[in-house]
Amino acid sequence: MSLIYPTKSLEAYPKHLSPGYKSTVKRSPSKPLMIIPHTLSELTGPVYGHDAIQEGDNDLTKQKSGEPLGERIIVHGHVLDEDKRPVPNALVELWQANACGRYVHIVDQHPAPLDPNFTGAGRTVTDAKGYYKFITVKPGAYPWGNHHNAWRPNHIHFSVFGHSFLSRLVTQMYFPGDYLFPYDPIFNSVTDPKDRARMVSTFDLENTVPDWALAFRFDIVLRGREATPLDNDEH
Amino acid sequence: MSEITPSQTVGPFFAYGLTPKGRCEWDPNGSYSWKNTVESNLVTPDVTGSRIRVEGTVLDGDGVPINDAMIEIWQADAQGRYSDPRNGRALPNTQFKGFGRSATDKNGVYAFDTIKPGSVPGPKGKPQAPHIVVCIFSRGMLRQIYTRLYFSDEAANAADPILTLVPEDRRGTLIAHKQAGTEPLLYRFDIRVQGDNETVFFEI
Repeated sequence: MSLIYPTKSLEAYPKHLSPGYKSTVKRSPSKPLMIIPHTLSELTGPVYGHDAIQEGDNDLTKQKSGEPLGERIIVHGHVLDEDKRPVPNALVELWQANACGRYVHIVDQHPAPLDPNFTGAGRTVTDAKGYYKFITVKPGAYPWGNHHNAWRPNHIHFSVFGHSFLSRLVTQMYFPGDYLFPYDPIFNSVTDPKDRARMVSTFDLENTVPDWALAFRFDIVLRGREATPLDNDEH
Repeated sequence: MSEITPSQTVGPFFAYGLTPKGRCEWDPNGSYSWKNTVESNLVTPDVTGSRIRVEGTVLDGDGVPINDAMIEIWQADAQGRYSDPRNGRALPNTQFKGFGRSATDKNGVYAFDTIKPGSVPGPKGKPQAPHIVVCIFSRGMLRQIYTRLYFSDEAANAADPILTLVPEDRRGTLIAHKQAGTEPLLYRFDIRVQGDNETVFFEI
């Protein structure tokens, strides 16, 4: 399969400089990025298989001797390309705060408790249908220093590999109806509401397991689509 | 119209998930129980070619080292083949993946142990000089930025179809400099995210 990666699709991404998120001010390129043809170096990418992970790596509630506190949830969905075809064997890595909004990371000083039964890291590889599934707890909101009284909406960080190094995606999955959305400069760095909506999971009653866990669906669409005759002039 | 999932920043706290062993023991980002999925040492027992180390500092617009960045690299083997089914790599070095990941440490320094890649085909069959694709993630970066690393001791740079597209006065930002008398051979490649002498980044 030979895919093309139109840079026009990147219009859905945030701009590098998004001053509402203060850290972008000194960490965004100030000169225009150069457009170059896609060569073999860009069109290939690392391939991972099921041998890259171990069974149970996708269950964040079973990494320690006891179960973590918080609402147990299932987060699942499909990894797709721009033509909505499944991306099989895609490595999906995930990390998140615990139910109190505290990360295990040693730099996180938010005065909320750590949970001895929760690290907050997981990984999996999509199956032949591009499907992935994690079991975890719902992360809490937490304060951060961007501006006065700044709080991040509940979110889970995702890192995904697709068909090429150009498909590489790091993003955040949000939860439906979060009241912090209007105030979060990271979420709103994606300026089109339709694009933002694709970062928000949907509540999935059908896959909720009675008496056990709520389910949320999060499909991830990576760069890459089949060329059409119209693309023939494009380099 | 495309409906890709937008990118969001990797944030400051990725280390325990993506680079859980840190870059070294005194890493301010800690060392965690989670498993390393991708290593900063790309060398596999079966790999052939010249062993090299690539090291550099990532700097922000004020020249301050970025101590919470993650660098990923993608490269061909010494014969110029990518570990990708589309590149039809044959034996012997099937284990060599050519993909690596390094956190930066308290001084903003990343490092990779790898082998020097060979020349790979470029546009219209023209060969490309040996190079490594570099991808940078960090708090304050809402999306990754891509650049390329070329080697200071390569005559082929002068004819490289990508490097020659870069204005001459900025080409130097893509050159990793050989450090004499190092073993394995060390190439220094600093990444200046913004400002004077800003590294050339690619919209790809």
